[in-house]
Amino acid sequence: MTTTLPVLTVDDLSKRYGSGCAACRDHAETALQGNTCRHCGTVHALSGVSFEVHPGEVLGIVGESGSGKSTILNCLYFDEEPTSGHAYLAAYERGAADLWTASGERRRWIRNHLLGKVYQNPMLGLNMDFSSVANIAEKMIAANDRHVGRMEARARVLLEHTRIPTHRMKTSPRQFSGGMQQRVQIAKALSNEPPILLLDEVTTGLDLSVQARVLDLIKQIRRDVGVAMILVSHDLAVIRMLADRTIVMRDGRQVEAGLTDQIMEDPQHPYTQELVYSLL
Amino acid sequence: MSRHGTYNFAFLDEGSKREIRRATLKAIAIPGYQVPFASREMPIARGWGTGGLQLTLSLIGPDDTLKVIDQGTDESVNAVNIKALIRSTTGVTTSDDTAEATLIQSRHRIPDKPLRPDQILILQVPIPEPLRFVEPREEVTRRLHAERDYTGAYVLLFEQIMRHGDVTTGADPPVEVHDRYVMAPSPIPRIDNPKMDHGDALILLGAGREKKIYAVPPHTRVTSLAFDDHPFRSEDVDGRTCALCGAEGVFMDEIQDAQHGGTTFRCNDTSECLARMNARARAS
Repeated sequence: MTTTLPVLTVDDLSKRYGSGCAACRDHAETALQGNTCRHCGTVHALSGVSFEVHPGEVLGIVGESGSGKSTILNCLYFDEEPTSGHAYLAAYERGAADLWTASGERRRWIRNHLLGKVYQNPMLGLNMDFSSVANIAEKMIAANDRHVGRMEARARVLLEHTRIPTHRMKTSPRQFSGGMQQRVQIAKALSNEPPILLLDEVTTGLDLSVQARVLDLIKQIRRDVGVAMILVSHDLAVIRMLADRTIVMRDGRQVEAGLTDQIMEDPQHPYTQELVYSLL
Repeated sequence: MSRHGTYNFAFLDEGSKREIRRATLKAIAIPGYQVPFASREMPIARGWGTGGLQLTLSLIGPDDTLKVIDQGTDESVNAVNIKALIRSTTGVTTSDDTAEATLIQSRHRIPDKPLRPDQILILQVPIPEPLRFVEPREEVTRRLHAERDYTGAYVLLFEQIMRHGDVTTGADPPVEVHDRYVMAPSPIPRIDNPKMDHGDALILLGAGREKKIYAVPPHTRVTSLAFDDHPFRSEDVDGRTCALCGAEGVFMDEIQDAQHGGTTFRCNDTSECLARMNARARAS
């Protein structure tokens, strides 16, 4: 068996909103109702989440709203500060340095060079006052590219790849449909060829045919570029279509993890069983 | 009571002057960094040069000679009123001649005549934050400066090139000071940007409404933001001749002649224009 270094390793990630009390820190089973402490009201959004993502792999994270799926991506993209935990990227210091102890300037460097993220809400991932091409170039400028012609050419290739007509590249994404906005976000996230892509509910809120086209694009990118992805979705159908391995989240905890097929065919945890049966 | 009526010398009380000077010293020590200061209420409205005025009043002494410029001219209302206020509270002499002045307060121009080490240029600033148009929150722009993330300033330029084929910033073209802070040079034309680089005189910038002071010390590297394949360019002044003094290659005002039609150009720096006309009159 060949051992390759995981692209990303997350170790014991926790995120708490609130100070916590003795009850919920030491006796979580009895003190917590869902993910909220009965005594102090602290929300335990993530509790001890660990996983690895391997090169070229798509890791699905599934669970209901509020289960902590998006918080994982927010912490990885430095949009939120984790309460505790460690994360290592193979491309950063050969996986030897914890991302969450890096300085603000280093974090920006990691985010701009080694990560790409697609937000559920395009308003968060794009600047609607700028053209689509400038939105894509922003990521390259952030990674210190200072050549207009080169960035424009790269944006053109990416827009073609994501099937946005290039004659509309100077249009603001504000004037695009939801599906097109998501595809501009995907183009932007891919612009620096990051080793890992973070996708947060990319198809939620899109109609079925547009969903299918965005999913198709993600499949195609996976095939052509071979980039690893974390795919967060509450939709098991999306997970089943794209993810190699899947983590099932509930109340900030990882309740089940395994090959997607295995989870679909033979769910172990009662919550996963409920999820899978509701799909059928 | 001083000989200048009921006011302290130079209008401000000594405590205020010291506070402004402390901020100024910090600004000089960290070139291009915006130092917050307790901007005072002034007898002119905020946005009319109160930042520059406070800097001037905190620095001026009885032996100084003051010049005040408003968009290149010494005689516009704002320049005249600021001069009148400072004269009546200090008794210093004022001059239109750039070479005679020790303190030069200016709005939107750096004088055409190169400045000397014994002169200080004070620029009035409306919006000191070069990233304000991409990020409205001060809390965030401060962090961006701290982490030296100037992506937004470049995206603005990139967007202009995409939309118009070239950089279209007419005034206030952002500069990087000493390879660290990106700074708004106040709304000077692009032709004035190179004058900031390795200049002999101290340049102070004051924003009264936004309560910021920043500085470019003498002999400091100041580079205008640009892309590798779109280098920084000044306004094109070729082929323009001043209708009054005949000067070429300087920043000019375009004057429309409503009565006779047609367009003429005049030097924007009126004191230099006047000096050239006087020199020509003496020669003939």
